[in-house]
Amino acid sequence: MDAIPMVLTVADVMPAAAEVFIAGAACLLLLVEAMFGPRARDVSFFLAIATLAGAAWVTSAVAVPEPTVILYGHFVADPMGTVLKLFAYGAAAVTLLYSRDYLIRRELLRGEYLVLALFAVLGIQVIVSAGSLLTLYLGIEIMSLSLYAMVAFDREDGIAAEAAMKYFVLGAIASGALLYGISILYGVTGTILLEGVAAAIGQSEAGGVGMLLGLAFIVVGVAFKFGAVPFHMWLPDVYHGAPTPVTLFVGSAPKIASFALAMRLLAEGLGGAVDAWQDMLIVLAALSMIVGNVVAIAQTNIKRMLAYSTISHVGFILLGVLAGNPAGYQAAMFYTLTYVIMTTGAFGVVLWLSRKGFEADALDDYKGLNRRNPWFAFVMLLMMFGLAGVPPTVGFWAKLQVIAAILDVGLTWLAALAVLMSVIGAYYYLRIVKLMYFDEPTVTGPVEAKIGVRVMLSLNGLAILVLGLYPGMLLGLCAQVLR
Amino acid sequence: MPAPANILSWLVWLPIATGVLVLLLGDRRIAAGRWVALAASLAALVLCVPLWAGFDLTTPALQFVEREPWIGALNAWYHFGIDGIALPLIVLTAFTTPLVIIAAWDTIERRPAQYFAAFLVMEGLMIGVFSAADALLFYVFWEAMLIPMFLIIGVWGGTRRVYATIKFFLYTFLGSVLMLVALIWLYLHGGSYEIAAMHRLPIGMTEQVLIFLAFFAAFAVKVPMWPVHTWLPDAHVEAPTGGSVILAAIMLKMGGYGFLRFSLPITPDASRELDWLIITLSLVAIAYIGFVALVQRDMKKLIAYSSIAHMGFVTLGAFVAYDIWQATGSVSGAAMGLDGAMVQMVSHGLVSGALFLCVGVLYDRLHTRDISAYGGVVNTMPVFAFFAVLFAMANAGLPGTSGFVGEFLVIVASFKANFWYAFVAALTLILGAAYTLWLVKRVIWGDVGNDGVASLKDLNAREFLVLATLALAVLFLGVWPAPLLEVMRPTIGFLVEQLMVSKL
Repeated sequence: MDAIPMVLTVADVMPAAAEVFIAGAACLLLLVEAMFGPRARDVSFFLAIATLAGAAWVTSAVAVPEPTVILYGHFVADPMGTVLKLFAYGAAAVTLLYSRDYLIRRELLRGEYLVLALFAVLGIQVIVSAGSLLTLYLGIEIMSLSLYAMVAFDREDGIAAEAAMKYFVLGAIASGALLYGISILYGVTGTILLEGVAAAIGQSEAGGVGMLLGLAFIVVGVAFKFGAVPFHMWLPDVYHGAPTPVTLFVGSAPKIASFALAMRLLAEGLGGAVDAWQDMLIVLAALSMIVGNVVAIAQTNIKRMLAYSTISHVGFILLGVLAGNPAGYQAAMFYTLTYVIMTTGAFGVVLWLSRKGFEADALDDYKGLNRRNPWFAFVMLLMMFGLAGVPPTVGFWAKLQVIAAILDVGLTWLAALAVLMSVIGAYYYLRIVKLMYFDEPTVTGPVEAKIGVRVMLSLNGLAILVLGLYPGMLLGLCAQVLR
Repeated sequence: MPAPANILSWLVWLPIATGVLVLLLGDRRIAAGRWVALAASLAALVLCVPLWAGFDLTTPALQFVEREPWIGALNAWYHFGIDGIALPLIVLTAFTTPLVIIAAWDTIERRPAQYFAAFLVMEGLMIGVFSAADALLFYVFWEAMLIPMFLIIGVWGGTRRVYATIKFFLYTFLGSVLMLVALIWLYLHGGSYEIAAMHRLPIGMTEQVLIFLAFFAAFAVKVPMWPVHTWLPDAHVEAPTGGSVILAAIMLKMGGYGFLRFSLPITPDASRELDWLIITLSLVAIAYIGFVALVQRDMKKLIAYSSIAHMGFVTLGAFVAYDIWQATGSVSGAAMGLDGAMVQMVSHGLVSGALFLCVGVLYDRLHTRDISAYGGVVNTMPVFAFFAVLFAMANAGLPGTSGFVGEFLVIVASFKANFWYAFVAALTLILGAAYTLWLVKRVIWGDVGNDGVASLKDLNAREFLVLATLALAVLFLGVWPAPLLEVMRPTIGFLVEQLMVSKL
């Protein structure tokens, strides 16, 4: 082993500047809250958004064209990481923007909420840039603990507390499984660096039962974080129970982290053992698509329905990952990013429809939306057809890419299953469109929203259409960072 | 006369952009919105004039080609180009849309702006389907079309509209996604989404059969062929008049177009092996569905079933080519079936569209489609009765109308292949006449059936204009189909050559 230099210079940690920045800003925000209390609500909100924007600037400024390893191999900065982080900041910022009115109305917009959100983003950053098994685990814990607290943020709400409890207990079990897998892997390979693990797997003697055992636990951990069947039990309850802004938060940026987790662990660390984990992922993906799509049909609550829809989309993302080649990873990345855009928009509409003392989470609340506000009914229509994967929305290209990836590795039956499941899935998205367009409204009167939310939601909807008509740029970006 | 540059792009995007404009104008300024919609659809029709005039009749190659990079990562191109199969269908689309807009002029009470916008967007997307020379571009238009149609049936349809439109969407979506898998497979093996490149790609027999079946799933549902036709009567009955017209006149043609553009040239060997399947299903559609049409009590449902039977001729004509070739060795004989299929598509587009408009005229007045609610309409609406009888005769295949030409060509062609094919197909001459004439007898002729009929007012100028235009087209094509046949000839000749060459 090389001698470890004892002194770190600023240049050595520069690639991690964005992480340092967010951590510092989050602590600062905590101070602001402590000093000024609830009066500083608007300032805190502004600071949080500014932090995310600043982090985006820092990340772009320190972006590296080639993978760079720092901190003795525990931290990797690479183009994929840069893109994922930028999307995560964007998703988090848009999420906060959508949530603002709702949080204010329910008196939840306190500094702690924003601090937790920023720490969750920090966790995502750490996962995305993890170079070793320990960094990965650290990131997961930072993110998960923040999310548990966010789910329970509304203290008065019993359902939310129950959801947080479930999330925490099940999450802890999953973390345990992951940590156990990591420890076995460490025992077998003798290193916690992903690069070292990859090298050890390349040499055949590291294989065998021990490695497989560790792998199985790791896959369980990853599947749990994704919410893949049969490790999905927490997801509908958390989506349903959490305050809608938190549901939106949990549903967007952390999906990017899940994808990064799969990439770092399975593709980079255990890439040599692709044959071993491919079969496991096939089962997870197939079950997720089937259970997610079929059970979603039976839901009457839109948050629960979108939760099962998430499970089915996780199945599709896993299709790309399990292809086990760059084309598959690109497809999975494209799917993840576009899914985050679509799901953010869909929950954005849910939030926009909610008023004081009224959660717009029953499907019937969407009746006749086209009458009340044609434009946002259209935006929601775009989200729904996007999630269903109908062109000309971007959801189509996401499905096209993952299906092409598995066809390329010869899994024709899985491709056929995937497209059939997307037909079943189309049904419940169509049902929302049906409610909005074909039914008469039960609630009358226009829906009000601040100009910022209206603009953002419109942009979100148009992004789905524009990316659907011209997906080349985003596809090219994914291809460029994942060669 | 040289055609304007990028004429196909204009044809696709002009209606779509205008549709957005009509949406923006909204229901409050619908008076202006209507005129804008009509102007755009007429402009698209006018654009077809240089398209037809500038079309080179001597070559099967794609014409008016536009090719720009679209998605580099997928090697997909924004690639338009039309040949003799696509051109008549584009003209048919551009011809039908203004009529639909005029027919709906002030009869739509709920959200008229969205109604007109949906039809304009549909027009652009449908022309896009027929113009696309890149399979991915084709697929995007093909699927995108479902969205406006889903809304048209669901928002402005009848009582069971929700059931009908979801059934319509899921049926066609299911067929289409299987086609998508086949297209991706072809891309992975040929490296290109260009349809012409797929035509040239050699493919093994097993793969051809699977690809053929995947295409079959998409196109058979769209045509629709027995036994996957059940969405059509529901969708037709529940759709508003304009929706029924576009469904019958254009959307069903996409199935036939798909068979000619994809199935036959990309999987010629599988098509030859499995032509018995298509021929059998077509004959079942012609004979069995003819009987089903006979017992309908709802006018729209009767016409819907008659559509299925007539579309049976299209698929029969397209796939009988192999048997003709085997039986006679004649290439020109094989082309005859394809000619018949194409003429039948155009003719059916005009006739069924016209019949749905006729039903719409009655429905607007009495708000029922029950055959038994009418009787003796001729006494109160003589002008309407004239048109209705004319279109009914065309539907029954009376010589002198366009309905005759297509059916005649297909029956003669199938006679060359096998006597019994022709025998069963010719049943339609009896069945078609039976259900159509019986419909006419019950609705039009006889004494005034009830007070409702007694109070009917004859066609107004707007309705007269629409029906008269269609009547002229039906008669013109029936008396002088030569221009249509000439346009198709080189393309169909080339298609037959493609069929005869094995890709194994």
